[in-house]
Amino acid sequence: MQRICDFTVSSNMQIAKRVFQMKLVGDTSAIVNAGEFVNVRIDGLFLRRPISVCDVDGDELTLIYKTVGKGTDAMSELKSGATLNLLTGLGNGYGLSLAGERPLLVGGGVGVPPLYLLAKRLGGKCKVVLGFNSADEVFYEEEFAKLGADVTVVTVDGSYGKKGFVTDAVDGDITHWYACGPYAMLRALAKKLEGVGGSVSIEERMGCGFGACMGCSIITKNGVKRVCKEGPVFDAEEVIWHM
Amino acid sequence: MAYVEISLSGLELDNPIIPASGTFGFGYEFADFYDINILGSIALKGTTAQARYGNPLPRIAECTQGLINSVGLQNPGVDRVIAEELPKLKKVFGKKAIANVSGFSVEEYASTARKLDDEEQIGILEINVSCPNVHDGGMSFGTDPKCVYEVTNAVKAVCKKPVYMKLTPNVTDIKAIARACEDGGADGISLINTLLGMRIDLKTRRPVIANKAGGFSGRAILPVALRMVYDVYETVKLPIIGMGGISSAEDVIEMMLAGATAVEIGAENLVNPYACRDIINDLPKVMEKYGINSLKDIIGGAHR
Repeated sequence: MQRICDFTVSSNMQIAKRVFQMKLVGDTSAIVNAGEFVNVRIDGLFLRRPISVCDVDGDELTLIYKTVGKGTDAMSELKSGATLNLLTGLGNGYGLSLAGERPLLVGGGVGVPPLYLLAKRLGGKCKVVLGFNSADEVFYEEEFAKLGADVTVVTVDGSYGKKGFVTDAVDGDITHWYACGPYAMLRALAKKLEGVGGSVSIEERMGCGFGACMGCSIITKNGVKRVCKEGPVFDAEEVIWHM
Repeated sequence: MAYVEISLSGLELDNPIIPASGTFGFGYEFADFYDINILGSIALKGTTAQARYGNPLPRIAECTQGLINSVGLQNPGVDRVIAEELPKLKKVFGKKAIANVSGFSVEEYASTARKLDDEEQIGILEINVSCPNVHDGGMSFGTDPKCVYEVTNAVKAVCKKPVYMKLTPNVTDIKAIARACEDGGADGISLINTLLGMRIDLKTRRPVIANKAGGFSGRAILPVALRMVYDVYETVKLPIIGMGGISSAEDVIEMMLAGATAVEIGAENLVNPYACRDIINDLPKVMEKYGINSLKDIIGGAHR
């Protein structure tokens, strides 16, 4: 069930290079699963901006976003006390029941946030691999560790953690893998972990975010699906990976 | 007392507010937000003979006070629309809906329209000769008066229900197209569809939309739509469903003054799913503010 409501920004701070953490207070009742997103209305811009839910705790919602254009730039300038209109309860989210004994969570860059609520829902009983380009982009390593998760950080340039890609830090000794991050990362994971069940969160440009405009539809092995409605989380096996 | 009821080719609507095709799916998605039975009617997602995925992604781009889309008529095809989508809509919407039909040949327009004409849930057929996002179809029909005449004629020949031709604004002379609809036997005219537009990404230096161009809609296009509705009202005697950039009760009244009997709300639904409900709620007090007793009295009121 989706809901539209005004939230009040309680804090908004930079936590890594071009990455901000915003905490908001409001009616979070429509947010059910880890891996859902909210669609944020920003003054002066026509389309809402879809942002994944990082955490929800009572009436407090945490969003982590990267400044990549007008919308997110404007978000980064909001001060505490500001009001934001959010469309909440969007998308399917990750299936917790698939996790099994040894789930693996893999996040790349600003794909990390939705995995935080997932790790929390899994009671911290998971392996987590976080990938970034360099040390100045790293965030949330400690937050995942505090949940009790077994966290590994990799950077492409080796300036923090292990040097390499997330695929260098994962092995097949897992019951299910959950991922969010750049398309190339998801595709590489799907190839490396083929045969092991996986859930990937796909990003697409959206119009509405709730299934009305068909702007974000992708072709899967199970037919045409809307990323905003039937996704954003898909079975890695049903995604048709393009080069 | 504010009277908001209107009559559209014999169809009595509780109010003139109709969500526009392509911005409201097959209606039932919005039943999660509010009781959609408050709407005058619903213009359903554009339907073609065969199922279509549409155009490559990305097919959405932000604009100032609007957006560009190049969805390209994604739909499950007319047979599945009738078998699956209409029953889902029926569960949450008890009124007559407006079917929106697209095609790639005159025959295809007629055969798809005929199937939907048989459906009891459908009150009006809106024939889209204006989609900017499909090659060799849609808009290419809508830019040539002779083709518009042929499509209108062919659909009218096989359908019993009122036929509204949905026109593209991407023409030099909208009056000539409107006359072709009237000559072809149309019962009404819907306008405007989207304006062809483009955005270019400064980082990649390439068009944002994979198909390069797409259809521009949203609040920014209201003045263009008003001018075209005004011109068409002066040219033909047919009722008009006016659309393009409407986002408030004031806009509805402005569009009706230009000549519209009913209006469709499009892009606004995508950013505010409650847009139609809000407009319906606001209408009586805005009518009162401007001394309007009945909306029926203001249709074409700007033509004096």
